[in-house]
Amino acid sequence: MAREQWGSRVGFILAAVGSALGLGNIWRFPGVAYENGGGAFLVPYLVALCTAGIPLLILEFTIGRRYRGSAPVAFRRIHRNAEFLGWWQVAIAIVIGVYYAVIISWAAWFAYFSIGQQWGEDPETFLMAEFLQAGDLYDFGTWLPGLGIALALVWVATLAVIGAGVKKGIEATSKVFIPLLILLFGALVVQSLTLDGAVDGLNAFFTPDWDAIRGPQVWLAAYSQIFFTLSVGFGIMVTYGSYLKRKSDITTSAWTVGMSNSFGEILAGIAVFAVLGFLAFETGVPIDEQSYQGVGLAFIAFPAIINTLPYLAGLFGVLFFLSLVVAGFASLISVVEVPVAAVEDRFGWSRRKSAAIVGGGMALVSVALFPTVNGLMLLDVTDYFINNYGIAVAAPASIIAVVWVLWKWKELRDNANATSVFKVGPIWVTCLGVVTPLALTIILFLNVRDLVTAGPDSANAAYHEYQAFGWAVAGGSLAFALIMALLLRRKETPPFMTEEEARDAEEAAR
Amino acid sequence: MSAGAITMLVISILVVGGGLVASAITLIRNPESEED
Repeated sequence: MAREQWGSRVGFILAAVGSALGLGNIWRFPGVAYENGGGAFLVPYLVALCTAGIPLLILEFTIGRRYRGSAPVAFRRIHRNAEFLGWWQVAIAIVIGVYYAVIISWAAWFAYFSIGQQWGEDPETFLMAEFLQAGDLYDFGTWLPGLGIALALVWVATLAVIGAGVKKGIEATSKVFIPLLILLFGALVVQSLTLDGAVDGLNAFFTPDWDAIRGPQVWLAAYSQIFFTLSVGFGIMVTYGSYLKRKSDITTSAWTVGMSNSFGEILAGIAVFAVLGFLAFETGVPIDEQSYQGVGLAFIAFPAIINTLPYLAGLFGVLFFLSLVVAGFASLISVVEVPVAAVEDRFGWSRRKSAAIVGGGMALVSVALFPTVNGLMLLDVTDYFINNYGIAVAAPASIIAVVWVLWKWKELRDNANATSVFKVGPIWVTCLGVVTPLALTIILFLNVRDLVTAGPDSANAAYHEYQAFGWAVAGGSLAFALIMALLLRRKETPPFMTEEEARDAEEAAR
Repeated sequence: MSAGAITMLVISILVVGGGLVASAITLIRNPESEED
């Protein structure tokens, strides 16, 4: 059966940009930049984009297109013993998809709460005590129907898009959602810049601290940000690359996706710090004492800001939270596509069957576990471990396997260059084979050290306390991968044609 | 805003926005083959 392909290059790029542009762009990048030298952070950030982000995108697009399969099939076709790397990436995507959908459902509720500022005068108490009824990680028992129904709707929409296929589902949705996101976010940026104190916020965000970038920590933060923001390392870009047409320009597409993502992040920084400047102006609380990252920024600081807006407060809230919903939804689709496509490819299931069983299974776990009083803690601990000890281990392992162990870089370089305007050469291989694995390994080492030595008052205290659960999640993804690869060891993938054979077969079919 | 902040704001928009425009122009100038 012919593999489904993107209908157009624009459709592919919008889908890949939709995957990369997610919640992390809006609520992680501005805070990371602010903490790591402000405007000066942009120097290591852009270096990391060019030496790790874009080279990795090129590699993953090329693997997908060259081996015409989702992650497990592509890695199996690279080498029989490499299939577990693909399943490892699938396992990580499953874990991320299960909790990522939850945040989208919260954002949808908050878009509704924005009308009339239904969170009241104290957004923090509203979020923690009323909306989430947040409790301890092991505090099982209470399922919250309001959260559960919204989450179920997010999953129904996601599976409907994926079940419709690559062209009619993912591509068609991306063509609507990405322009919508640009519109929503553009309006948000413009409105935020009109606020009193916005200039002070931008000043805090962009004023460079050149001393900061002399230390290694800021450079590692930049590589970490680039790595986690581009949706690389867990099968998405390999899967999306597998739907590319044979003559697609890979390097220019990767460049476009990387630059679009960074442009979105910088705009997010402008919007977030303009409104934080406004809050500082209104309340007299300095920016560095406010919640400027993560759940605290989105669901506590922003509602507090909306409460103090002099005009169009409800509209501002709707714009912000709908931006989160749209950005998150496009990313969630790409995450869930990874396991759905993997099972479809490897077991020969139809797309609808795979979407219903694999995606439906993820939805059931998500809806059962997360709309609960321990949902926030469960999400936070899972997110920390699967990112820092799942992706951050699986990705360098995959790169080292492909570039060093299996020595496939020449074949992949030639494949990318054959159809691309900009050719890649020794610099690409050096960035991929040396710079990226080295940076990721150092980041991993520092994260492990910070976790193991975390004191009760440190930022990692909660992760330290619940590390048995966290390690089980991160280690479980590798165990799942090894079991799948062993079970499927004797099951060959469908016949894989060389490019010439594929061309001949397509011509014969016309 | 301080001069340093304005400089970094302008540079970041120019570098990233410029990179994005350049890649878009390259894609437009090299239309995808119809063969596939």
